[in-house]
Amino acid sequence: MRRVGVLLMTMIMGWLLVGVMPAAAQDASESVRGTMQNADGPVEGVEIVVQTAEGEEVGVATSGEDGTFSLDLPGPGDYQATVQEGSLPEGVTLRNPDRATLEFSIRSNQSRPLLFPLGEGSRNVQSRMLITAVQLLIEGIQFGLIIAMAAIGLSLIFGTTGLVNFAHGELVTFGALSVWAINQLFGVHLIPAVIIGVIVGGLGGMAMDLGLWRPLRRRGTGLIAMLVVSIGLSIFLRYLFLYFFEGRTRPFAQYAVQSAWVFGPFRIVPKDVVVIVLSLLILGAVGLMLQKTKIGKAMRAVADNKDLAESSGIDVERVILWVWGVGGGLAALGGVFFGLSQQVSWQMGFILLLLMFAGVILGGLGTAYGALVGSLVIGVFVQMSTLFVSPDLKNVGALLVMVLVLLVRPQGILGKKQRVG
Amino acid sequence: MDWGSILSNVARAAIDEFTAVFALAAIGLNIHFGYTGLLNFGQVGFMAAGAFGLAIGVTYLGLSFWLSLLVALGASVLLALLLGLPTLRLRADYLAIVTIAASEILRFILRSPSTREVTGGSYGLTAFAQGFYRVNPIPPGDYGFGPFTYSANETWLLTVAWLLVVLASLSVWLTMRSPWGRVLKAIREEEDAATSLGKSVYSYKMQSLIYGGVMGSLGGLVLAVSTQSVQPDVYSTPITFYAYLALILGGTARVLGPVLGSMVFWMVLSLSDNVLRQAIRAGHIPESIMSGTQVGQVRFMLVGLGLMLLMIFRPQGIVGDRREMELDA
Repeated sequence: MRRVGVLLMTMIMGWLLVGVMPAAAQDASESVRGTMQNADGPVEGVEIVVQTAEGEEVGVATSGEDGTFSLDLPGPGDYQATVQEGSLPEGVTLRNPDRATLEFSIRSNQSRPLLFPLGEGSRNVQSRMLITAVQLLIEGIQFGLIIAMAAIGLSLIFGTTGLVNFAHGELVTFGALSVWAINQLFGVHLIPAVIIGVIVGGLGGMAMDLGLWRPLRRRGTGLIAMLVVSIGLSIFLRYLFLYFFEGRTRPFAQYAVQSAWVFGPFRIVPKDVVVIVLSLLILGAVGLMLQKTKIGKAMRAVADNKDLAESSGIDVERVILWVWGVGGGLAALGGVFFGLSQQVSWQMGFILLLLMFAGVILGGLGTAYGALVGSLVIGVFVQMSTLFVSPDLKNVGALLVMVLVLLVRPQGILGKKQRVG
Repeated sequence: MDWGSILSNVARAAIDEFTAVFALAAIGLNIHFGYTGLLNFGQVGFMAAGAFGLAIGVTYLGLSFWLSLLVALGASVLLALLLGLPTLRLRADYLAIVTIAASEILRFILRSPSTREVTGGSYGLTAFAQGFYRVNPIPPGDYGFGPFTYSANETWLLTVAWLLVVLASLSVWLTMRSPWGRVLKAIREEEDAATSLGKSVYSYKMQSLIYGGVMGSLGGLVLAVSTQSVQPDVYSTPITFYAYLALILGGTARVLGPVLGSMVFWMVLSLSDNVLRQAIRAGHIPESIMSGTQVGQVRFMLVGLGLMLLMIFRPQGIVGDRREMELDA
C-alpha cells in the first residue's frame, strides 16, 4: 500500500511540476508563442523558424523587445520549430543545444507555448558545470551550517519540551536585528556587536521561556495548543519587527562588500570563509558541551526521557531554560551569518524556518546531531539544485525532500523510531 | 473622528465577501481541526488550488467558467491526496509542518517564472470570472439600504457567497451528526480507540482532509471571483492563520462557530483599521509613531496576539465547548 502511495505521489508530483497540460487560445486560431530570456532579461531579435512536419516552412517568428514571439499557424497539425542559432546575440546560447528544434502538434484553436531555455556558454559545458558545482557545494555547506546553527535550538527545544516552536525563526530575526541595531545605530564594530547580540539573543530565548512557555507548561496547556500559540507569537513578533525595522533589507556597517579571493576558476569572499570556519568551530563547541559538560549531559538526558531525568535528580525546568538560552544564542548567531551573506530583513527568520524544519525532520526531530546533519544536507541540496532548476524554485526542492523523507523514513536519519508514534 | 462612517464600515464588514471567504476557509478548518483534530496549516493552499484551478481552467485550458469550477474542485482534491499520503499516518505536528510547507511550495511554483505560461508568474491571472457575472439574474441598479448598498454584481456575488456558506454549514451539520461524523470525533478524541473498533483511521482522516480542503477551495473561488484576479502572493501563509483565528474565535467543533468567528474577526479588524486611520488623519496619533502603512502591520500584530491570547485563555471561543477543545498530542 505504501509503495503504491509513493508511486502515485511521484506520478502526481511529476505531473504537477512538468505541467504538460494542453493549451488553448482565447482567439479562434492556431498559434505558437513564447518568451526568449536569460538571466539578464529578455533577448531580442531571436529568429524561430516554424515548419510543418513535412519540412515545409510556415513562417519565421522574431522575438521582440520584451523577448516575446508569436506566430499564427495555418491550421491544426504537426509542426516543428527551430531556433536559428546564428540569430542569437553574442554570448547567448541555448541552455540545451540538443533542443534547438521542438516538435509539437497543435489542436484546433490552440495557442501553444514554446520553451527554449537560454543559458550561458555551451562550449565547454562540462568543465563549467563542474566549477559551478564545486562553487555551489561550498555555498551549500555555508548555508547548511547557518541553518544548522539556527536549527539546533529548535530541535533541542522539541526534544526537551515537545514544543514545535514556529516562533523559532523570529529568534533568528531578533538576533540579527539586535546585532544590526548595535552595529548601525550605536556604531559598535560588528565583531563586538555580534558577541553582545548573541548574548541578547540567548537572553531573549530565556525570556520567552520564562515569560510564556514555563507558565503555559504549569497550566498544563496541551502541546497542540502551545503550537498554535507559537504561531500567534511568530506572526506578532514578525510584524512587530516590520513595524520598527520597515520592509527593506539592510547591510551591516562592516564587511558588507568584499572583493573575492580568486583561486584559479574558483572565487570565494573572505567573510564566507570566516563564516564557515567559525560555524564549524562553534558547532564543534556545542557538540563538546552536549557531550562533556554537566548541563549538556542533562540536556540530552531530558531530551531522551524527561521523567527518568527528573527522577534522577535533574532540575528539568532549569535545563529547559538553558536550552532556550543556548538555542536563542545560536539562532542569533545563525541570523547574523545569514545577514552577512544576504543582508538583514524583518522576515529572514521566517524564510529560514521551513528550511530548519526540513533539516530537523531530515536529521530526526529532537536530536541535536540530527539537526546538524539534516541541515547540512538541506543547505547543500538547496544550493546544488540550482544547477538543474531555476533559482526561484530552489527551496521547493528542499521542502519536497522533507516530504519524501517523511514518506520513507519518518524518524529521520539519526532519529529513533519511537519518536514518531 | 467620524464615528458614523467607522460604524457603517464595521457593519459592512460583517457581511462582506471577504467575511464569506474566510467563513468558508474556516468551515474547512473546522472539519480538519475542530472535528478530526488534523492540524492543517496549509488551508491557503486549498484556497489557491481553487482560485488558480478556476483561473487556469478558463485562461489556459480555454474551458468555460462552469467546467473550470470542476477543475478547481479537482485540484483541491488532488492537493488533499498529495498532502495526506505522506503525513496522515504520522503525529499531528508533522502534518502541521508539511501542510505549511506544501502551501509555500505551491506558492513558489505558482509565482515561478518557469510556470509563467500557465500561471502568469507573480502577476497572476485576470479575466476569468466573466462567466459568473454574465449569468447574473439581478437587473442593474443599486440594492439595499444605508451602508449596505450594493451594485447588481456585488449583490449577485454576495448572494452566491453567503448561499455557499449556508450550504457548507448545512453539510457540516448533517455530516457531523451522522455516524461518519461521529467516527471523526472519535478519531480526534482517541485514535487508538477508533482503530480498535475497526475503523480505518487513515481513510477517515483522508476523507476529512478532502472534505475540508474542498470547503477551503470554495473560499478561494469566491475570493478569485470577487477580485476577478489571482496572484500567488495573495495566497501566502498569513491567510491560513486569519482563518484559524476566525475559527477559534467563533468556536471550534461548532457548526456556526467559523461563520460567527469570521464575522466578528472582520468587524474587529475593520474597527481597528478605521479607528487608527482616522486617528492618524486627525492627528491624534503623530506620524512619527504610526504611519498609514503601519496600520496594516498593526492588523497582523493583532491577529498574532489574538491567536495567542484566545488559545491560552479561551480556547473554546465565543460559542465553543471547552470539552471539545482539550486536544493534545
